[in-house]
Amino acid sequence: MTAVQPAPVAGLRQGRAERSDRSRAERRLGLLLSAPAVAIMLLVTAYPLVNAVYLSMFSYRITAPDDRRFVGFGNYTTVLGDALFWQDVFTTFVVTVVTVAVELVIGFGLAMVMHRAVFARRTVRTAILLPYGIVTVISAFAWKYAFDLQSGFVDSWLGLGDRAWFSGRWSSLSVVVLSEIWKTTPFVSLLLLAGLAQVPGDLGEAATVDGATAWQRLWRVTIPNMKAAIMVAALFRTLDAWRIFDNVYVMTSGQQRTETLSFLAYRQTITRTAIGLGDAVGVLLFLSVVLIAAVFIKGFRVDLSQVRGDR
Amino acid sequence: MAAVAVVLAGGLAACAGGGGTPTLTWYINPDDGGQARLAAACTRESGGRYRIRTSVLPNDATQQREQLVRRLAAKDAGLDIMSLDPVFVAEAANAGFLRPFPAREAARLTRGVFAPAVRNSTWEGRLYAAPFWANTQLLWYRKSAAEKAGVDPEAPGFTWDALIDAAVRSGTTVGVQGNKYEGYMAWVNALVASAGGQIIGDTEKGEDASIGIGSPAGERAAAVISRLARSKAASPTLSTDIEEQARSLLNGPHGGFMVNWGYIWRAENGDARDGVIDQGIPADLGWAPYPAVDAGRPARPPFGGIELGIGAYGRYRSTLAVDAVGCVTSTANMKKYMIDSGNPAARAEVYDDPEVVAEFPMARLIRDSIGAAAPRPITPYYPDVSGAVQSRWHPPASVRPETTPGRSSTFIRRVLCGQVLL
Repeated sequence: MTAVQPAPVAGLRQGRAERSDRSRAERRLGLLLSAPAVAIMLLVTAYPLVNAVYLSMFSYRITAPDDRRFVGFGNYTTVLGDALFWQDVFTTFVVTVVTVAVELVIGFGLAMVMHRAVFARRTVRTAILLPYGIVTVISAFAWKYAFDLQSGFVDSWLGLGDRAWFSGRWSSLSVVVLSEIWKTTPFVSLLLLAGLAQVPGDLGEAATVDGATAWQRLWRVTIPNMKAAIMVAALFRTLDAWRIFDNVYVMTSGQQRTETLSFLAYRQTITRTAIGLGDAVGVLLFLSVVLIAAVFIKGFRVDLSQVRGDR
Repeated sequence: MAAVAVVLAGGLAACAGGGGTPTLTWYINPDDGGQARLAAACTRESGGRYRIRTSVLPNDATQQREQLVRRLAAKDAGLDIMSLDPVFVAEAANAGFLRPFPAREAARLTRGVFAPAVRNSTWEGRLYAAPFWANTQLLWYRKSAAEKAGVDPEAPGFTWDALIDAAVRSGTTVGVQGNKYEGYMAWVNALVASAGGQIIGDTEKGEDASIGIGSPAGERAAAVISRLARSKAASPTLSTDIEEQARSLLNGPHGGFMVNWGYIWRAENGDARDGVIDQGIPADLGWAPYPAVDAGRPARPPFGGIELGIGAYGRYRSTLAVDAVGCVTSTANMKKYMIDSGNPAARAEVYDDPEVVAEFPMARLIRDSIGAAAPRPITPYYPDVSGAVQSRWHPPASVRPETTPGRSSTFIRRVLCGQVLL
């Protein structure tokens, strides 16, 4: 596997090892150039974040601002000790795992189709990417009405009679998951297409000459060489799926135990106007997102070193 | 730079309202344009003293409250008048979001108004909102289904049990609002009140309010819900049905009975005229008082409607906004709105008007039902109480008379103390 080109991220690592004056100057310029963006990011993300952490320490409702009182980490113990929170964590987890897994498989297939398409290439790509161009709320409504007993066509098409999809937990969640998969698989396939394009064609040819079957070429040549793209797609989609809100809001409003973490934070903060409790949920959601990102990025390094043949 | 400033200033002046006539912004719940027409009528009536501009709020009551609360918490001076669901008046009043009406204005605005509407608009002895229209539910039914089942829903003491039996016997359904939303809370509250109890009392004590949902009345209410939800008379989508689903159930092949608000008469006639539903349905449509829980105790139907509040931060809150509210809620305009939009007036005298009686054959029944209606708990923590009840009583098929009321009582207490998520 010595012929494999190091991925761009790996290149950075190498540069750090043997840093010269020139690279240090480049680095300084880079920091300088990105400084304004960082400053704006701090302003629009760090301030609300710090404010949320601060407010999560209070028992505070916007309809009774005079009753605000400091409770320390009380809101966090309330949230973490509440069965509803863990139920929502579980729901969010199921939605995330199922959607990301299915999207990676289907997305890979679609990426192959886009990569290999011989004729009508642009039409194929446009058709595959179309769902991603639709606003989530609108696609959620479309799926909701399709499965709705009174306005929907799914029951009559599948001969299911009067099946009430939104009256049960898992049937509601499966519609939510389906719409999520339909909507975001194109995004995954786009990222994977970029990865596929980076796999050098002569590797596959060499494997064919050595007598590898198509299946072996896929698992031994193509996929290992696009691991970085797969990880990026998985990371982006996991973070998005973990924060899922629109579909649930439109289709079930969190009924039948289909509530997700974002929705829980929304309901405590906006509906119940319990700012302190809601912000505690929000901060926990943020921490879980950081955790997911950290796990993935750690996972990344291991994979990258394997690709580079450091073992 | 100066040119830019001039242009900007011109733009801002334009926003403030054409040529000096003060503009009042009225946040309305969505209707078929009736409130906007009233706004235009009152603008004309004011003879150029003010202009009322309407701004439409989201569809359901909970989302309307969300938007109003956010604006008011930010002290929005551009919120002059708002159409408020009665259940949210206490919360807004307690938070200081509404301008109270002094006794003299209050007397004028509440003269001849139904008692439940006045009670819902009052907080700590002061009137915070002007009753605009009042609503209640009736038992709507297909005469053919009642005949087939051999019952007379108009008979005094017609109970939920008799209703469910009749529907099962005739192979029809009983439509209710079983979705996890305000409408379900309205049903639960009506059942508890009809059984002689109340969900929560002594509400002015805040966290220490007495919670009555765990009482025998709560158990009777739970028994009715549980029985309907598990019977053949339940809608297949009971746990997600709102008013319109219940109506389409009534119009469908298994349609028989439903409890629903006063707008049904207008909606059914309109749909029949437009060919959306069978032309023969309006003639087959009957109405009766809300069913009782126990034959010996009169039913307490749900109470709804809209009250007009004046924002505490508007520039014209004590002058033009008061005049505008007086104009919109005048007896003549209530009648106009009732005939225009089909929403029942908040003053009893309107129901004796020949035009109203001609338009709404059930006008007298609506009037008497509103008079007998039981308001939902009047408390600044209403959204919490309602959310807690919905959380523990939904889906309807999960309700158990032995456990649900007691557990929900404990849960409401913990929610009020901020000890749990909701």
